Amino acid sequence: MVYLLLTACGLALVSCKGDPPIDTYTEKKILVLGNSTEPQGLDPQIVTGVIESNIIRALFEGLCVEHPSKQGIHLPGAAASWQANDDFTEWTFQLRKDGKWSDGTPLTAEDFLFSYQRILHPDFGAEYAGMLYYIQGAERYNKRKTEDFSSVGVSAPDPYTLKIKLKASIPFLPDLTKHYTWYPVPKHIILKHGSIDQRNTPWTEPENIVSNGPFILKQWRLNDYIHAEKNANYWDKDTVKLKGIRFLPVSNQYTEARMFFNEQLHATYGLAPEMIEHASNHYKKYLRQETYLGTNFIRFNVTDPTLKELKVRQALALSIDSEAIITHILKGGQKPAYGMVPPTEDYHTPNAVSFDPIRAKQLLQEAGYGGSKKLRVTLLSTDREVSKRLSEAYQDMWKKHLDAEVSIEQREWKTYLSRMSELDYQLALGGWIGDYPDPTTFLDMWKTGDGNNRTGWSNKQYEALLATAEQTKDPDARLRILEQAEALFLSEMPIIPVYWYTTNYLLHTSVKGWHPLLLNNHPYKFVDLELSDAN
Amino acid sequence: MPPSIMSNQTQSQDLSKGQSLWSDAWARLKKNKMAMASLVVLFVIGVLCFILPAFSIIADPNNQNLNNTFLNPNKNNWLGTDQSGRDLLARLLYGGQISLLVGIIATTVSVIIGLIYGSIAGYAGGKTDSLMMRIVDILYGLPFLVLVILFSLLISEHAKELTDQLVSLWPGQEVFIKKFINLVPLFIAIGALGWLTMARVARAQVLSLKKQEFVEAAVSLGLSHRQILMRHIMPNMLGPIIVYATLTVPGFVLTEATLSFLGLGVESPNSSWGILLSEGANYMETHPRLLIIPSITFSLTLLALNFLGDGLRDALDPKAAKD
Amino acid sequence: MLRTIVSRLLQGIVVVFCLLLITFVLVRLMPGDPFSGEKAHSAHIIEKNKERFHLDKSYPEQFSVYLGLLIQGDMGDSPVKEQPVAKIIEHSFPASLILGIAGITIAILIGIPAGILSALKKNSYIDYGTMIIAMAGISIPSFVIAPLLAGHIATRVPFLKVAGWGDPFDWILPALTLGLGTAAYLARITRGGMLEVLNQDFIRTAHAKGVHPAIVVTKHAIRGGIIPAVAYIGPAFAALITGSFIIETIFQVPGMGQHFVNATKDRDYFLLQGVVILFGSLIVFANLAADIVLVMLNPRIRA
Repeated sequence: MVYLLLTACGLALVSCKGDPPIDTYTEKKILVLGNSTEPQGLDPQIVTGVIESNIIRALFEGLCVEHPSKQGIHLPGAAASWQANDDFTEWTFQLRKDGKWSDGTPLTAEDFLFSYQRILHPDFGAEYAGMLYYIQGAERYNKRKTEDFSSVGVSAPDPYTLKIKLKASIPFLPDLTKHYTWYPVPKHIILKHGSIDQRNTPWTEPENIVSNGPFILKQWRLNDYIHAEKNANYWDKDTVKLKGIRFLPVSNQYTEARMFFNEQLHATYGLAPEMIEHASNHYKKYLRQETYLGTNFIRFNVTDPTLKELKVRQALALSIDSEAIITHILKGGQKPAYGMVPPTEDYHTPNAVSFDPIRAKQLLQEAGYGGSKKLRVTLLSTDREVSKRLSEAYQDMWKKHLDAEVSIEQREWKTYLSRMSELDYQLALGGWIGDYPDPTTFLDMWKTGDGNNRTGWSNKQYEALLATAEQTKDPDARLRILEQAEALFLSEMPIIPVYWYTTNYLLHTSVKGWHPLLLNNHPYKFVDLELSDAN
Repeated sequence: MPPSIMSNQTQSQDLSKGQSLWSDAWARLKKNKMAMASLVVLFVIGVLCFILPAFSIIADPNNQNLNNTFLNPNKNNWLGTDQSGRDLLARLLYGGQISLLVGIIATTVSVIIGLIYGSIAGYAGGKTDSLMMRIVDILYGLPFLVLVILFSLLISEHAKELTDQLVSLWPGQEVFIKKFINLVPLFIAIGALGWLTMARVARAQVLSLKKQEFVEAAVSLGLSHRQILMRHIMPNMLGPIIVYATLTVPGFVLTEATLSFLGLGVESPNSSWGILLSEGANYMETHPRLLIIPSITFSLTLLALNFLGDGLRDALDPKAAKD
Repeated sequence: MLRTIVSRLLQGIVVVFCLLLITFVLVRLMPGDPFSGEKAHSAHIIEKNKERFHLDKSYPEQFSVYLGLLIQGDMGDSPVKEQPVAKIIEHSFPASLILGIAGITIAILIGIPAGILSALKKNSYIDYGTMIIAMAGISIPSFVIAPLLAGHIATRVPFLKVAGWGDPFDWILPALTLGLGTAAYLARITRGGMLEVLNQDFIRTAHAKGVHPAIVVTKHAIRGGIIPAVAYIGPAFAALITGSFIIETIFQVPGMGQHFVNATKDRDYFLLQGVVILFGSLIVFANLAADIVLVMLNPRIRA
């Protein structure tokens, strides 16, 4: 009798499945995504990261929406149509008349004005306010040089028309509107929980939040998961096939890969290099390797006495074998970088750097090194991702090709950031991900005094070129000027470009409508889930 | 005479004749096969890690060769190569130096401090004990990582001066000194946390022993507190203390491994067993050799330490002779 | 007895206060701040945010503002996560508590019997075998055990997942990994403690009197033998609840352990202060409980 009971219990235990495998979620049309870490928040005007943007993109919608598969095409979002003047300095957006918030309240231009004022409000302290500085008067208002928001170049001649005046020629404004800093936020809800410049109000809590995108926030368990459900008041709800999206903050890449292979995820956020190889050999149908808009480089502190000499910097730059690093360390199909801005069809990045150890050694000798006089420098590294392996590889390459003694200073993340900002380093690992698909996102940062410069490099001619480009109407001519600026920048070598990013991740075969995009900002409204036999 | 008093007398005689206790202990230890085997294992590992690398058959552990990554054992690399083409045997041996040093030094420091602190607290009792243990509580509650980061910062700020001073004392040892300086914050942070638990264990032992008859006997004989503590109580604590100490060494090596896992341990490009383990864990599914070999070495060393510790405990416990 | 407990609790408050004060200063001494990121922000925005969290004021001023909040039951807001600290801790405490209890239970169930068995069968193969197994927890780091269990056990057993915290089955592997380390210590310490006691004269007396060996063991030896183990369990429990960062990241457990590491790395001062208060209080209670049990086990100990 006891044995029967025990066996019954045992069977019950074994058949008890707990959370269902991924196919059950597929059937229910709920997309389950690995999203790296717990988001900083869900307020589009407070957050600053890619992780947050993945979730916010599901809940909110900007004026324009990314095309699911084609780069450079702008689909209507909150705006049904738009026009620009000849020199791209004035844009008019016609909002759709059936645009609503998820609680049924109409979405009007008033909401956009409110949103821009909020993110630019001097007391709000939005870290990413700079994304709106293209708007006339925005920077002045944000820095409290004026208290009058009507001096900022946004206006609403009628409830469904939004006029934006820019201080430069920005042909790519529609791309900017796809960034979450340009999204509308619900005025009526925010003001219910605090004033326009008040942060940390509970308006983003699941019981309070109201949004205009294809999904609405249903559950938010901190460090556990975020669950979004289809928004019944979304203007294009018939296009939306998914019934929900679940975001899991899986910070350990190996855990994430394991979860994927154990049928718990539809897509991972990333993939560790050794797993890339493993997947490439055994699970090719799941592996996605796509160009990602970003550059990995090494910074020079150009104010440092040892590194002041251009030939020294060039010597160090030419002894980096990017191909070897990509093939043996990164293994993700990255591209060796010969400039700062990733090249596109229209933009031709100047070819400034290649692997040339002989020339490198020559340059170093010309700079006065050789024999007993060795080059001794330190490389500031951090504990993130592959930083350790990269810094060790660089150290070895510089030793082999230049007989240089490079010591690695590995510091944890914040110490590393802090020392870089204070120019307390000689060489430092660095990287930059583009915010929008235009070269300026990679070039603006090198202006004198820009917080992201962190090299001490300054060149008035460079800034003049960028300013000229800003005022150039013709898009092609503009790109040529930017290329000139980059060439000038690279000729002075304040950085060593190493490689251009690809994003590597695992995607379940049941996910449809998910295509490679430069910014990896897949519009969920076009994604679908289909059970396929070949799993 | 009743056996209990007999043994106490023998014990006092033994202590005043210092030497015979140790030679007795050594004789007893030799009979313990497991402990002797462990001693041999530890000796071999010690020689391999500290002496063998001086010979040139051991490769440079930091020499990368990106074309030779993940090689299986061959005549050039007896244990194969790692993810950057470095010789695994070399990294294992040099890494062992660091891990063993961290373990031994941090343990010695923390045992001495903890033993003294805990014994005084337990013996004194009352308000002194309370105060001392509350201080332990406070120190125990401080966020460990914060301390590690701050210590590292402190050391690295003064690293240059310290390194220069030490190099002038021992010229030619610059590489070793640089490695050592980088380890100091690790030693401090690990040791700073380690002595706390030792203190608690010591205190508990003292509290228990304090009330036993032989202590009361010593008190009534008029011995001073110091004599009672040092000659009567502490020797009786040797057993659990040694056992605990042998547990502490692996604990510290593990702490070093965990810190390496978090990116705060031994600096690049040096290796330690902690680094080999945390890096190897990443290759568990793809290149298990990189995890298995360091794991076996690590586990073997720790097990040997433990069995040796047991043997020492048995050997040093005078009452064990009665078995 | 009651007076001691009350006095210890009062001391505990002082301990937590000192702990908080020291932590408060230490975290602000670390380089960097909660707001720095890969993408740098303009100076005036950073100023504004520092102001919001009073980071521009002197340490004494900041501390008194913080104390003011605490007295009202508010732990402040996290500068990194835009959430109240109390809410973050509240969401993560249940998982940590469950993990801690499950972990210590497994540790006790494995460790103490192993230690007693080994002591009784000293220097036999059972002794060596049991010890080797019990030591798995400290001869193999958790960041090796955890992926091994996740990758090889969870994938083969239908009701186990490689990661997640959805149903009670998800508690098993994380608690096992967590408990193994403590089990190893408990086994060793118990064995050592038992051997000490077994060699003592009152045990021989009991044997000589003809008392059944099992009774000798349970009634006389264990009481004294597990004293060192009990001394260890107190702080071990507190450490388990809060030191489970690795297990939490490998098994995706929404617990508190990760806050200790992440808050330090992110310079989330207020979250770190909050968890330190919690950890400190836990230590105070755990030690008090352990000391009470010690007195119960050996009435001759009266600190």
